[in-house]
Amino acid sequence: MSTDMKPDSGVVDTKRRRFLVNSTSVVAAVGAGFVAVPFLSSWMPSERAKNAGAPVEVDISKLEEGRLMVVEWQSKPVWIVKRSAKTLTDLVSLDGTLSDPNSENVDQQPEYAQNANRSIKPEISVLVGICTHLGCSPTFRPEIGAADLGADWLGGFFCPCHSSKFDLAGRVYQGVPAPTNLVVPPHKYVSDNVIIVGVDGEAA
Amino acid sequence: MSLMNWIDDRFPATKMWNDHLAKYYTPKNFNFWYFFGSLALMVLVIQIISGIFLTMHYKPDGAMAFASVEYIMRDVPYGWLIRYIHSTGATAFFVVVYLHMLRGMMYGSYKKPRELIWLFGMFIYVALMAEAFMGYLLPWGQMSYWGAQVIISLFGAIPVIGDDLTLWIRGDFVIGDATLNRFFALHVIALPFVLVFLVVAHILALHEVGSNNPDGVEIKKLKDADGVPLDGIPFHPYYSVKDIVGVVVFLFFFSIVLFYFPDGGGYLLEHANFIASDPLKTPEHIAPVWYFTPFYAILRAVPDKLMGVGTMGAAIVVLFFLPWIDRCKVKSIRYRSIVFKLNLLVFGVSFVVLGWLAMQPATEILTMFSRIFTFLYFAFFVVLFVTSKNEKTKPVPDRVTS
Repeated sequence: MSTDMKPDSGVVDTKRRRFLVNSTSVVAAVGAGFVAVPFLSSWMPSERAKNAGAPVEVDISKLEEGRLMVVEWQSKPVWIVKRSAKTLTDLVSLDGTLSDPNSENVDQQPEYAQNANRSIKPEISVLVGICTHLGCSPTFRPEIGAADLGADWLGGFFCPCHSSKFDLAGRVYQGVPAPTNLVVPPHKYVSDNVIIVGVDGEAA
Repeated sequence: MSLMNWIDDRFPATKMWNDHLAKYYTPKNFNFWYFFGSLALMVLVIQIISGIFLTMHYKPDGAMAFASVEYIMRDVPYGWLIRYIHSTGATAFFVVVYLHMLRGMMYGSYKKPRELIWLFGMFIYVALMAEAFMGYLLPWGQMSYWGAQVIISLFGAIPVIGDDLTLWIRGDFVIGDATLNRFFALHVIALPFVLVFLVVAHILALHEVGSNNPDGVEIKKLKDADGVPLDGIPFHPYYSVKDIVGVVVFLFFFSIVLFYFPDGGGYLLEHANFIASDPLKTPEHIAPVWYFTPFYAILRAVPDKLMGVGTMGAAIVVLFFLPWIDRCKVKSIRYRSIVFKLNLLVFGVSFVVLGWLAMQPATEILTMFSRIFTFLYFAFFVVLFVTSKNEKTKPVPDRVTS
């Protein structure tokens, strides 16, 4: 024990005291940080939630041209749209008005969908129906020249929340709040008319 | 009184009564605007009591939540009343808090030495917004679901960590049972504790420096021989009785809404929320509840995700700095320049107009108006900072006026 512990010495080593207070505080703060980890981690998806996102098999034989069907994958809406030959030609004409016409943002689609139609088969588009802005589900608006969307509207998706617009390949228009194209989920064809959503396939 | 003495020897009951009520001296010139602080406290109590009783019947479970709210509304004796008290109380809370904040801005109640009162108040406001937002998810209707989807997605705009952060908040890849359950816990346990703690800090800070008043005069400067401020009167019984009058008038309006317009024409309880949540379909028209709309309009006005979220956040953050943005020494609007008066008027109008705009579908013209009023909202702070340093003010009296 040092001299400053002697009773009645009247001398306090403040430097030493400050060191002890600070080092105790630091140790306590580190300890509190470690204790926080399990509590904060408990907010991450549970094992049950992680296992719930199994792939979904979809039969598209009844899907008509110009129509959209919705399936649920990982609790998200997945759209499957059958586009006409005219729509596919229209898509090319839109390139100048889009933010990312060539799907250069690789996070938004698998490699095999990074093409002009953003799809494996040209006419069939598979998209996650969640707006890339703030997560609303956009509305399917296939009608050409819709009154509220302008005379040059060639069909696509319109988000009612914040007015983001996408074409029928899920490509985002310029000047809307959504920053990126709609996501193409991993998917593959097991036969001509059966798609599995949630599993990567080969390029067609 | 021997019992009181016995207690006072062991617990400072009489001391606390005197410090905060019977000998807490308050300016004698409080006007209409000074009702809203005590009303906010009363609404907090209403919300806690009605909320406790709602948890006795509500089920925080993705499969049962919507039905349990319907059960409260139809089958629980007076369940409809308790639920409507709670939902009307949420609106009433924001009404009185907004008026309370406007009062502070008019009379400079955030100025030295009351900066901390304003900061505690701002933290109360932010905690209250979180509390209201999480509470709105619990009925598990379409608006609950998609409103939460939009607000949680706001965090996704943060670069690098955004996506992981939203996953962490939701606890699942989409909003689901995990999200509902944790929002319930935060809404009924964590945030009420935070709110009560902040309210206590707000009031303690106020009672430390004393209340401001419509003249912005410090009553503690002039005291009589007993050390009592010349313009001060004890809070109790003078203002406790005055506030009871305010409570009666407030409850009159509260009851009109509660019994005749509990859904407020779709503005207090939105119509789409009477449909159970559906993760596959967004309602045609999404708008937040009225008390969030001004900030929502600012979000919508900016055509860029990160910038939009940043601007909306800045609209709230800038309010925290008000005590330092306003550099004028004179507190009350009564003795300030015409520039300040007009500036505050434009700010108030902008806030209301933005709130209205967010409830309308976003057409091109209305989006342009949103941008103009967003600009005016922020312009208030810039103009205030620039003009307040050398503002031409009127002489402030030594004593309060009538």
